[in-house]
Amino acid sequence: MPERDPPLPHVGEARTVVKKRTRLSVVWIVPIVAALTGVWVAVTRILSEGPKITIALRSAEGLEAGKTKIRYNGVDIGGITMIRLSDDRQGVIATAQMAPKTEEFLVEDTKVWVVRPRISGATVSGLGTLISGAYIGMEIGHSRKKQRDFVALAAPPVVTGDVPGRFFVLETPNLGSLDYGTPIYFRRLEVGQVVSYELDKAGQSFGVRVFVHAPYDQYVTPSTRFWHASGIDLSLSATGVSVQTQSLLSVLIGGIAFETPATGPVLPAADADTVFPLFVNRAEAYKPAARDPHSYVLVFRQSIRGLSQGAPVEFRGVPIGEVVEISPQFDAKTDDFTVSVTIRVDPRMLGVKVVDEDPGDASARRKRTIETLVARGFRAQLRSGSLLTGALFVAVDFFPDAPPATVDWSQEPVELPTVPGQMEGLEASVASILRKIDKMPLQGIGDGLKKAISELDLTLVSARGTLDNADKLVQPNSVLGEQLGTTLQEVSRAARGLRVLADYLEQHPEALLRGKPGEAK
Amino acid sequence: MSTPAVTAMQLGLQSCGSCSLLSRPAPGEDEGRCPRCDRLLSFRESGSVERTWAFLIAAAICYVPANLLPVLTTVTASGRDSDTILQGVVLLWSPTGWPLSLIVLVASIMIPSAKIVALIYLLVSVQRGSVENNEQRIRLYRIVELVGRWSMVDVFVDTFTAALVQLQPLMSVEPALGLVFFAAVVVLTMLAVESFDPRLIWDPLSAREVRYA
Repeated sequence: MPERDPPLPHVGEARTVVKKRTRLSVVWIVPIVAALTGVWVAVTRILSEGPKITIALRSAEGLEAGKTKIRYNGVDIGGITMIRLSDDRQGVIATAQMAPKTEEFLVEDTKVWVVRPRISGATVSGLGTLISGAYIGMEIGHSRKKQRDFVALAAPPVVTGDVPGRFFVLETPNLGSLDYGTPIYFRRLEVGQVVSYELDKAGQSFGVRVFVHAPYDQYVTPSTRFWHASGIDLSLSATGVSVQTQSLLSVLIGGIAFETPATGPVLPAADADTVFPLFVNRAEAYKPAARDPHSYVLVFRQSIRGLSQGAPVEFRGVPIGEVVEISPQFDAKTDDFTVSVTIRVDPRMLGVKVVDEDPGDASARRKRTIETLVARGFRAQLRSGSLLTGALFVAVDFFPDAPPATVDWSQEPVELPTVPGQMEGLEASVASILRKIDKMPLQGIGDGLKKAISELDLTLVSARGTLDNADKLVQPNSVLGEQLGTTLQEVSRAARGLRVLADYLEQHPEALLRGKPGEAK
Repeated sequence: MSTPAVTAMQLGLQSCGSCSLLSRPAPGEDEGRCPRCDRLLSFRESGSVERTWAFLIAAAICYVPANLLPVLTTVTASGRDSDTILQGVVLLWSPTGWPLSLIVLVASIMIPSAKIVALIYLLVSVQRGSVENNEQRIRLYRIVELVGRWSMVDVFVDTFTAALVQLQPLMSVEPALGLVFFAAVVVLTMLAVESFDPRLIWDPLSAREVRYA
């Protein structure tokens, strides 16, 4: 115990207060409140945590974990949290944390892609990303099947969301200047865009997927023609120069135009994803499609230089088909080389009505018709289409003078008889003339001619002498002339005497019997 | 160690916490009030350890979300970016900006945690009746008391930044939930320091000396 000295001076007594019973200090409310708040925050955080997704990308260029957002219609609905290489090191796997309540967005046909600044001919897009950096764009699908692992598209889809309209597929052997976003024109109005394109498996043609916005998609019917509207279509004709273009933009960057021929039956709008051929230009597009083409083989024994695939086949100037294939062939029977040209002809172009009938009947009828025609001299011939280029085309016409020919129906396609071309015929006749000339005994003729000429020379010399002599005879002071003059005077005198006698006898015809009276007796 | 002086408690007297006036304790079980300044008197702050523990635990709880949640949200043209304190430290860490980064690291992360650890140490040592390192412990207490309020600098700077940087639509800064928890940590640790009675540090020593005297 502490000591109590020295004794304390006066120390005041504490006032007495009734003690309150406190079991637990109120201060413990503080940590309890803190804990409750912390738990509440944690719970709301966990509850508000959206789903995690992975996105497979080709490269993570421009993407940054923790920075890059996922946006749908410009609204952030998530962010990239981690980027790592894929297991095969060929691509990148980005893990993204989505915003809460986005589960229903993440379905099978949801599309994701990286939005970077993109400047192609037709479009400048994603300029905002120049400042903000790339982001992941998302288009929400309609499927009900949930999906968490996505593969990013190579390029942003041109048409996003539920824009009304329809997709169609155009087939073209080459892409030309088409690209994502290339415009589609209908009567020079931009009504759609190229959405994507892909090469088919055989590498033969491109399937170009295009989107035509409503309400213009209703003008696409099964008979609609699509063609490249790129650049300027300049054509020179008898009426002058005509220039066909779509818009200035399409001149610069290319485009696709479509039109539905005004003639023909009115067809209902084409189904989505209908496949159309993409023609090179409008003229090509309006070339009537050979719906039921007949193929024939023409065998030529002449040079076909100037004949190319696609060269027209004409009947009296009307195009009825085209050359499909040209191939030289060796004919074992005759040990001869020939060139066989396959042509495709649309008989309707000749005004032949194609009616629905039994295929057997049709083929029999066709056989009969062809045989009749060939018997009348129906032949194919190569003709020069242009003197400048030397391009040839195939003309079919009637040649009544052509040697008779038959059609061999055993092979397919059927071979049509040919006649030599115009130039070829000309060459042949010139050659035959030359051959005849060659056969003439030109040497002998020349020798004879020479001999005749020398004889003629001699004859002429003698003739000249004769003429000289004659000349001398008729000179004014020549003896002959003088004698001639005298003779003529005598003759004149005699004639005068004869006239006098005639006059006397006229007046005195009796003198013939009695004689002159004076002289009588 | 100098000879310890007699404490008021040993003399059966109570020293006023605010005016330091010595008084005799109130008789019986009742509480006494200082006759001079009317402050509640006790030999030691009643429930000091318990209150300190309460504040300390609350501070420790708040310390977790304060560091996990973002304290600032920066809205720029590129989008919204929320940064926690630690992300801010990493962000500031650069060849030229490292001193700033270090200040944030020390003031916002190390000091609050050090304060909590120091107070736990003081409380535990007091409750175990430790007599070791008394002078160091009181020094530690003073440092904690002195330095504690400076952690508020971070809250201060963040709120200022949020108020000043409002360059819509280019950029704006908004305080985030983490800042509230961080402020709570600072306030709660300060309260804990306040409620801790440093006289407790010396009591076991006095008791022992008395015992062996």
